[in-house]
Amino acid sequence: MTVRNRLLVLLAAVLALATVAVLSVLHASARADRRNETQPGGPRVSAGRVALTTPGRMVFRNMAWGPHRDELTSVPASDPSGPRTASGVKCLRFYAAAGTGVCLQAVHGAVSDSYRALVLDARLKEKDHYDVPGIPSRARVSPTGHFAAWTAFVGGDSYAGTDFSTRAAIVDVRTGELTPSLEAYRVIKDGHAYRSADVNFWGVTFASDDRTFYATLATQRKTYLVRGDLRARTVTTLHTNVECPSLSPDGTRIAYKKRAKGLPKDAPWRLYVLDLRTMHETALAEPRSVDDQAVWKDPRTLVYALPGDYGADLYTLPADGTGKPRRISTAAVSPAYVNQTTGG
Amino acid sequence: MYVAETRAARATTAGRRRGGTVAPTVLALGTVSLITDVSSEMVTAVLPLYLVAGLGLSPLGFGLLDGVYNGFSAVVRLVGGHLADRGGGRHKWVAGFGYALSALCKPLLLLAHSLTPIGLVLAADRTGKGLRTAPRDALISLSSTPETRGRAFGVHRAMDTAGALLGPLAAFLILRATVDGYDAVFTVSFCVAVLGVLVLVLFVPGGRAEPRAEPASDDARPTLRAALSLLRRRDLRRVTVCALLLGLATVSDSFVYLLLQRRLDVPDRWFALLPLGTAAAFLLLAVPLGRLADRVGRWRVFLAGHGALLAAYALLLASAHSVALVLLLHGAFYAATDGVLMAAASDSVPESLRSSGLAVVQTGQALARFACSLGFGAAWTLWGDRTALWASTAALALCAVLSLTILRPLESSA
Repeated sequence: MTVRNRLLVLLAAVLALATVAVLSVLHASARADRRNETQPGGPRVSAGRVALTTPGRMVFRNMAWGPHRDELTSVPASDPSGPRTASGVKCLRFYAAAGTGVCLQAVHGAVSDSYRALVLDARLKEKDHYDVPGIPSRARVSPTGHFAAWTAFVGGDSYAGTDFSTRAAIVDVRTGELTPSLEAYRVIKDGHAYRSADVNFWGVTFASDDRTFYATLATQRKTYLVRGDLRARTVTTLHTNVECPSLSPDGTRIAYKKRAKGLPKDAPWRLYVLDLRTMHETALAEPRSVDDQAVWKDPRTLVYALPGDYGADLYTLPADGTGKPRRISTAAVSPAYVNQTTGG
Repeated sequence: MYVAETRAARATTAGRRRGGTVAPTVLALGTVSLITDVSSEMVTAVLPLYLVAGLGLSPLGFGLLDGVYNGFSAVVRLVGGHLADRGGGRHKWVAGFGYALSALCKPLLLLAHSLTPIGLVLAADRTGKGLRTAPRDALISLSSTPETRGRAFGVHRAMDTAGALLGPLAAFLILRATVDGYDAVFTVSFCVAVLGVLVLVLFVPGGRAEPRAEPASDDARPTLRAALSLLRRRDLRRVTVCALLLGLATVSDSFVYLLLQRRLDVPDRWFALLPLGTAAAFLLLAVPLGRLADRVGRWRVFLAGHGALLAAYALLLASAHSVALVLLLHGAFYAATDGVLMAAASDSVPESLRSSGLAVVQTGQALARFACSLGFGAAWTLWGDRTALWASTAALALCAVLSLTILRPLESSA
């Protein structure tokens, strides 16, 4: 083939490939436009005031298509599929308690996205913000509203690999003192001091004493439930095969996802509740794999997200292994019941 | 793309002045690598986001699979090298098969929605990468004169790295223009990869590129036994041993970035950008250091590159506030070693076994670095990061001195 012919072939190919590429981008951006229009039959969303101290409300990230997509939104806790009030504050993940909120956000940059955690006051005004080193996945606030925690997936540790690790951060909201990674805490595993470079933490959940928290620790391909001590800066292993713990309001039980045997690798989890006094595990009546940190609506009821048509839907389930899951809201994720004002 | 082309163009004119240009084949292969790296780094950049935000998966499981893939890829590299030598100059077609395999993986990502299939697609992608690397480097070395090999590899590596820098930028521009436009990122990545294969097919000469008069001795027939007996050649054995030794003291990139963050207090929001610093320094220095290698001797530059790495370790140990300097030294280390090692190894391998020979050196180096990562991780666990870094600094200094003595005869004969 002559150089001229080769160049002609290349030119034709460039045109064809560029057409496909441009069409795919246009297709995806047209979808973006569609997503900014309210979908028929979807929940009614209107702008309004959202506060973290209004009793009887559930606040969450609204994923329904329309102008208020991804905003923090509130509904009556008694009617979670009812009309939504949107706040204008956009978050990827969210949690709130006792008038303190934590909102994990993406900051769109020129070259890449970065992420940050906003600490919000009861009127959703930013009190403080912190850098988050990767894609945020879990957020929690202590029942007193004094501490906030978040977890991020950190890629980029290696130049071209697909290796991921997690970092869990805790901040004292009152002083602004930040522990960027729980890896700074002393680990006591099976009664002995333990150190390993492969330690990962995620899914912090706080007790109401402003000292105790629980989290997942992963090392050597195993996951552990750890009890943490904010003052002694230690974590102690309690149980194995526990991920994303969530402490019940009375502090006696942990709801969590457990890797069950014989399940596919991409959907390996089942919901369980662990009684912290007897260490007895109860399997819950959710037959699907749940990849979420559940929330206690009250001492008997759990709420969690499962993938849905518009991102995620919220489900509710009794915490004692009875009953069956019921969908309470579509196109919603990261719920917080803001009336649970324990202490502070 | 602008940067790479200017640099490549400048290198070419400079080469002409000195009486020796970078061969068109090298520029064509550089273009193929640039385009392919844009494609593959687009996917790498958005994959974590896609898994977590797009699919709602926890990507932790990948960490476990990663090591397996890396070991596999090292073996595939030897296979690719051997296949390319068989039949005297199938380099282009073996490389082309590798590029095409990786290209085909991109649309498959659109269909895979859970960890297992995505893991399989990424494994196939790496197989393609493993297959193509040695034949491609053999083509570069076969199409340049021994006097300009360092420069040729420098130009190629600069273009390759330019692609790696442009890829994430392209991916984020697409994500910006769309919402959840991962499908668009994968589709565009596929189109770009196909273009890369096409440039290879159309513009890289097939068969033995610009054959040189080098008597083919009996032990240089491209059989598997001949490939293995390459290690009986004193020169290549020395090269491999040195690459192995130094590889054993080369802490992996991810550890370097973690150490940077811990010891020099890099803010979290900059963490993901650290590899870009290394890549930028690599891009800027690859051509000048490649040319320097041609002029003052490849081993000198190769060892000096490890000197740069040693300096980077020392800065980390001193906790000197010099993140940019550490990244510059880290990039200089790659610029002085990555292509330069291939140029140096080419001198000791006969043409008929060039691809296998380069694969042996690359695989040896990759396995040594993997061993170093395991060792470094264990040392970090047992003694903490500071002691682990002291140990690797001492090991690197020792290996550098050993290499200096092993290589001295080579250097004087060159």
